[in-house]
Amino acid sequence: METGYNPFSLEGKTVLVTGASSGIGREIAIACSRMGATVVVTARNEERLQATLDSLESSGQEHRLLVADLTSSDEMTALVASLPSLDGAVLSAGNSTTLPLQFGSRDKFDEMFDVNFFAPVELLRMMYKKKILQKGASVVLMASIGGTHSFMPGNGVYGASKAALNSFMKYAAREFASRRVRVNSICPGMVDTPLIHRGTITEEQLAEDAKRYPLGRYGQPEDIANGAIYLLSDASSWLTGHDLVIDGGFSI
Amino acid sequence: MNIQEFIDNFAAQLDDTDPEAITAETKFKELEDWSSLTALSIIAMIDDEYNIIVKGNDIINSVTIQDLFNVVEKRILDPKR
Repeated sequence: METGYNPFSLEGKTVLVTGASSGIGREIAIACSRMGATVVVTARNEERLQATLDSLESSGQEHRLLVADLTSSDEMTALVASLPSLDGAVLSAGNSTTLPLQFGSRDKFDEMFDVNFFAPVELLRMMYKKKILQKGASVVLMASIGGTHSFMPGNGVYGASKAALNSFMKYAAREFASRRVRVNSICPGMVDTPLIHRGTITEEQLAEDAKRYPLGRYGQPEDIANGAIYLLSDASSWLTGHDLVIDGGFSI
Repeated sequence: MNIQEFIDNFAAQLDDTDPEAITAETKFKELEDWSSLTALSIIAMIDDEYNIIVKGNDIINSVTIQDLFNVVEKRILDPKR
């Protein structure tokens, strides 16, 4: 029986996805396109971003690519000037580092906060102030259980940047509600993306760590993309200021 | 870089082992206070002091401090390795 009932549809919505060239951001961009959204993808690396654009599905939507390094204020300004009106934004660009705290000097914190905190905060601020985010728009920030738990040794610098982002999310949700703009975050546990395979932690250690997750595995990017679809869609119309933990039960 | 300085930098990451007991031939993963966090500290120390990136596998594949010193030295001479 075909009812056409789908509260998670993104048809008719235009959605920005940052960090769309790889990992979770790439998967979210693809998922949004499959749910019917017109997607604007952005990232630093044009070649990989083009590969994401080529992977997007379309039943008539015209997706767009905008190359920008969000840690450069000039490029951020240029990006904002090029953006169409948006019904949704997923600010997924981010980085991680594995560094014991005694090596967490100010420059290491600055590096991490520039990418994980100041860039999405400034982008969201400008999109709201310039009314690029339409009334009723939904914003999803990519936080982490690293911001709520000390989930792995050596993740303090990273975790602090995500905790700060999560805190900002709640204030933005309250203030931006005056225009019915919703702001939520996703706190993923460890997700199998290129970010975790840089070799500081060995593959054997990762396999061992995955056993600490009650559901028996690390997340896949799709697990996070499905959460983002919910938060972007009208199915979550009455949800704002929420940090959606998707972690295979790790933080139970 | 010289081996004694490397040994001193290495020993500084250990919480309980007497630095005097550490030599080039110490099998560091057999030390009682060796842990995954110590491994991360060694990686961070090598980045800080020598501007060289070593990976978890370099630690796993090294038995003695001399072995790890050799990895760092090779990479200083040939950063592509």
